[in-house]
Amino acid sequence: MYDFNYRKASSVEDAVGAVAGAEDGRFLAGGMTIIPTIKQRLAKPSDLVDLAGVDGLTGISVSGGAVDIGGMCRHAEVNASGEVAAAIPALARLAGGIGDPQVRNRGTIGGSIANNDPAADYPAAVVGLGATVRTNRREIAGDDFFTGMFETALEPGELVTGVSFPVPSKAAYMKFPNPASRYAIVGVFVAATSGGPRVAVTGAGPCVFRVAAMEQALAGNFAPESVADIKIGDDDLNSDIHASAEYRAHLVTVMAKRAVAQANG
Amino acid sequence: MPEGGIGASVKRKEDFRFLTGRGSYTDDEVRAGQLYAHMLRSPHGHAELGSVDTSKAEAAPGVVCVLTGPDADADGIGGLPCGWGITSKDGTPMVEPKWPVIGQGKVRYVGEIVAAVIAESAEQAADAAELVEIDYRPLDAAAVTETAHTGGAQIHDEAPDNICFDWDFPGPEAAEAVDAAFAAAAHTARLELVNQRIIPHSMEPRAALAEYDKGEEKLTLHCTAQAAHAMRLLLGAFVLNQPEHKFRVVAPDVGGGFGSKVAPYAEYAIICWASRKLERPVRWLGDRAECFVTDAHGRDHVTEVELALDADGKFTGLRVNTVANMGAYLSAFAPLIPTFLYATLFAGQYTTPAICCNVKAVFTNTSPVDALRGAGRPEATYLLERVIDEAAQATGIDPVEIRKRNFIAADAFPYQTPVALLYDSGAYERALDIALEKADWNGFAARRSASEAEGRLRGIGIAAPIEATGAAPSAIAGQLGARAGLYESAQVRFNATGTVTVFAGTHNHGQGHETTFAQLVTDKLGVPLENVEVVEGDTDRAVMGMGTYGSRSLSVGGSAIDRAMDKIIDKGKKIAAHLLEASVDDIEFDSGTFTVSGTDRTISIGEVAFAAYVPHNYPLEELEPGLDEQAFFDPVNFNFPFASYVCEVEVDPETGSVSVERFTAVDDVGNIVNPMIVEGQVHGGLAHGIGQALMEGAVFDENGQPLTGSLMDYTLPRADTVPSFDLGHTVTPCPMNPLGAKGVGEIGAIGAPPAVVNAVVDALRSHGVNHIDMPVTSESVWQAIQSATAS
Ligand SMILES: Cc1cc2nc3c(=O)[nH]c(=O)nc-3n(C[C@H](O)[C@H](O)[C@H](O)COP(=O)(O)OP(=O)(O)OC[C@H]3O[C@@H](n4cnc5c(N)ncnc54)[C@H](O)[C@@H]3O)c2cc1C
Repeated sequence: MYDFNYRKASSVEDAVGAVAGAEDGRFLAGGMTIIPTIKQRLAKPSDLVDLAGVDGLTGISVSGGAVDIGGMCRHAEVNASGEVAAAIPALARLAGGIGDPQVRNRGTIGGSIANNDPAADYPAAVVGLGATVRTNRREIAGDDFFTGMFETALEPGELVTGVSFPVPSKAAYMKFPNPASRYAIVGVFVAATSGGPRVAVTGAGPCVFRVAAMEQALAGNFAPESVADIKIGDDDLNSDIHASAEYRAHLVTVMAKRAVAQANG
Repeated sequence: MPEGGIGASVKRKEDFRFLTGRGSYTDDEVRAGQLYAHMLRSPHGHAELGSVDTSKAEAAPGVVCVLTGPDADADGIGGLPCGWGITSKDGTPMVEPKWPVIGQGKVRYVGEIVAAVIAESAEQAADAAELVEIDYRPLDAAAVTETAHTGGAQIHDEAPDNICFDWDFPGPEAAEAVDAAFAAAAHTARLELVNQRIIPHSMEPRAALAEYDKGEEKLTLHCTAQAAHAMRLLLGAFVLNQPEHKFRVVAPDVGGGFGSKVAPYAEYAIICWASRKLERPVRWLGDRAECFVTDAHGRDHVTEVELALDADGKFTGLRVNTVANMGAYLSAFAPLIPTFLYATLFAGQYTTPAICCNVKAVFTNTSPVDALRGAGRPEATYLLERVIDEAAQATGIDPVEIRKRNFIAADAFPYQTPVALLYDSGAYERALDIALEKADWNGFAARRSASEAEGRLRGIGIAAPIEATGAAPSAIAGQLGARAGLYESAQVRFNATGTVTVFAGTHNHGQGHETTFAQLVTDKLGVPLENVEVVEGDTDRAVMGMGTYGSRSLSVGGSAIDRAMDKIIDKGKKIAAHLLEASVDDIEFDSGTFTVSGTDRTISIGEVAFAAYVPHNYPLEELEPGLDEQAFFDPVNFNFPFASYVCEVEVDPETGSVSVERFTAVDDVGNIVNPMIVEGQVHGGLAHGIGQALMEGAVFDENGQPLTGSLMDYTLPRADTVPSFDLGHTVTPCPMNPLGAKGVGEIGAIGAPPAVVNAVVDALRSHGVNHIDMPVTSESVWQAIQSATAS
């Protein structure tokens, strides 16, 4: 681990200012990604600005047909929230399936989506529910937020303050976990939203993506049979020691089918 | 008689300190003025090592020195030794290239040390290591087991085709007998299979602290070792030229070993050398990533196995051809594992009369391989129990029945196998029958139907593993190529107030010796369990020892303790005779009390011990004071635990994922001292074996780059991926040692892989699948179903 300066921010402005003022400043949420990266000497930030004491980044609220989750909300809080479970049970379950108890007690929604690991779970929910990401500067549509592998629409020094998830009429997330890391080899989030069905896939490709063919089929009939025979091409999918692109493509169909079945209850 | 003797499931004495964070591990040792070593390692699988420029690193803050390969030569530091020699079929000795502690001229695997930076802090050492400038010229690599000897990159000048040895066993006559068996066979079965490389993963990473005392000219090494005396011998005599009487090795609490903490490692040699050179304590702690590439890996065989049967399904011949991967250099016991710990087990629990094999050991640009839980015996059991299931298919005989037709009968012991070993005792059919009963074998069809109704496939598999444990006897081991003895030693010391300290040459790193060995003392000498202390892992305290591996500690080390206790009783009788004013011949000993036979005149062993140390009323002219005895035990044979396992799996045919639903294990490990500890060892072994069957596997690319370098990519079994085990046992005492005990540490890891794979294949036979290599991942199952359906 290289030396770095540690700052504890008290407000959003303070945090943003501290990162902007540093040579190579980074926000520190739960540290579940950034700390191991620094320990392995893969990153060398000059300053870490801790968001743990920042007002206004925590808390979960449900109003106006949307679930609003603060950027510093831990996965365990989302998982345990009765309000989330009542409004979007699929979201609570998704959070409960991230990593292990230690990771869920530290890891945050802001850190997860800012990092945009291609195998992370939350991106599937953000896109699958058509959520809106709030930052200190603006609101970004979920569909526009994830731009590539470990890349997002965030500008340097921009802070995720929260995510607003519209409540769907039904939704489910089905994850086929990597047996070692338990991240998603393939995770499929399906939802019947006011704007029509959505199918968002994480883990399979370099970045979360939607499957238009499945969405159209579900618009006709929101049933497992509608997606059971829809195969996606494997050209742009990930291939590694855990799963070939061909297998991932197959799993997208299976997980989508099972997710629809679960959403239908 | 105090409680807690042989047969009692007493809780482990050592657990209080482990569970409350009071254990004392190598990295807990802190010394004034200590320095930290950081090992700079090769990022290349195979490369010429040009200049190594350390000048910038040496000038970095806190750096005391930077050591390189040429420095080792200049200071007379030797290469890492190999403890076992093998002779090829043409009579030539195995190729044994030098393994320098720091790479020179060439690097041969990712992780090989190219420089050691010694600094005032760990961070300074790591920072400075980034400043070492190295001129690597990458070379083509030979990283694949199967093809390493078929042309391509050559790793060592002295090893053409990367062959370390080419070994036939038992010899030409056996090969002819096997040929004849195949010529006459009514049925044959054949499989090509891979026993994949796995990585050990002890909870505590390897660590070491070296201190050289210039005044005494004495070196002390604390390290994560399973065999402190062997570590001292190998490092002192072959690498450091440090005389044994001026070299102390201490292995304090060690958090798991599985075989990977037996060998002397380069890091330990380097810090000892540095401490001697700098006259300051030097420490090293491996991080998880280093341990992934440098803790000796295990297995890595590619094998073809063929079984010949007569018309009745009796096995008549077995032929095995194996390519075994040694890695880039020969680790301490690497050559032993795919030879005498492997081919000698090919008879399994069966009467196969003719057996032969060829093993080609090859060097590759991968991490060195050595013993890992089972070491050779899992590989033997896997191929045998897999090909038997294949033979059951070929003959149409049920897998249970075909095994029963071929079992060595319970009245046939001692049983001489055609592959050198003389089995001590066994009752194989009984263990299988109990396992089948417990597993509700007959109810399987109903459970399969229930699974199928939910869209899942279900399979059941059995395996009947055997193991040779209790590594010993020295005489036989010496004939087979061992370069060390394989006895064990113990000292049993009564203290003046009647408590007992046992010094043993074995080492406890999860096995529960502090409890089990104390139970032996409680049982035989009648001393309360809490009054017995077991001391291990210190060359200055225990007389001698070969350490803990190969499930040897109780049967060999425990027997040495038993022998030492016999001597205690003998001497105690003499003291008691004096105190009771009787003849020695009339003194009896039982449950801690000496009695003049036929009378009520008694004296406790505590009083005898007191008299021995406060010899006011004592036969000083005939007997020395003190009650402190030592014994060595070198058994006449290995011992042979055995088991029958039944595994039931469910397969999701859509995704290929496999779940182990039921696992029944009936083990026979001879007499049992602590049933709870034995069950714990079986649990751990089974989890390890299920891990190998379904999850674990070290993967290297064609350049020798490890692709499974962290726990994000290497899957270990977890609490939610193993079922609740259903255990049972039979007891067939071992006639080869006074305790009647056999080993238990490895059998689960030996028997579980074929039981699991047989179950998976059973589930998939209806889909036309007859074999899947380990690890049986969800994708490999899905692909097998796809290709079987396509063809
Ligand atoms: C063992 C393990 C298993 C895991 N398994 C899973 C899994 O199954 N599924 C899954 O989805 N994830 C998994 N994760 C990831 C985990 O969910 C964390 O959410 C993720 O690592 C981010 O961690 P964090 O929230 O602590 O952020 P940090 O590590 O603190 O930060 C991550 C990055 O995001 C930036 N950042 C943090 N917060 C903000 C913010 N509010 N605005 C802008 N930038 C910000 C930081 O500067 C940094 O660059 C796993 C992690 C581990 C260690």
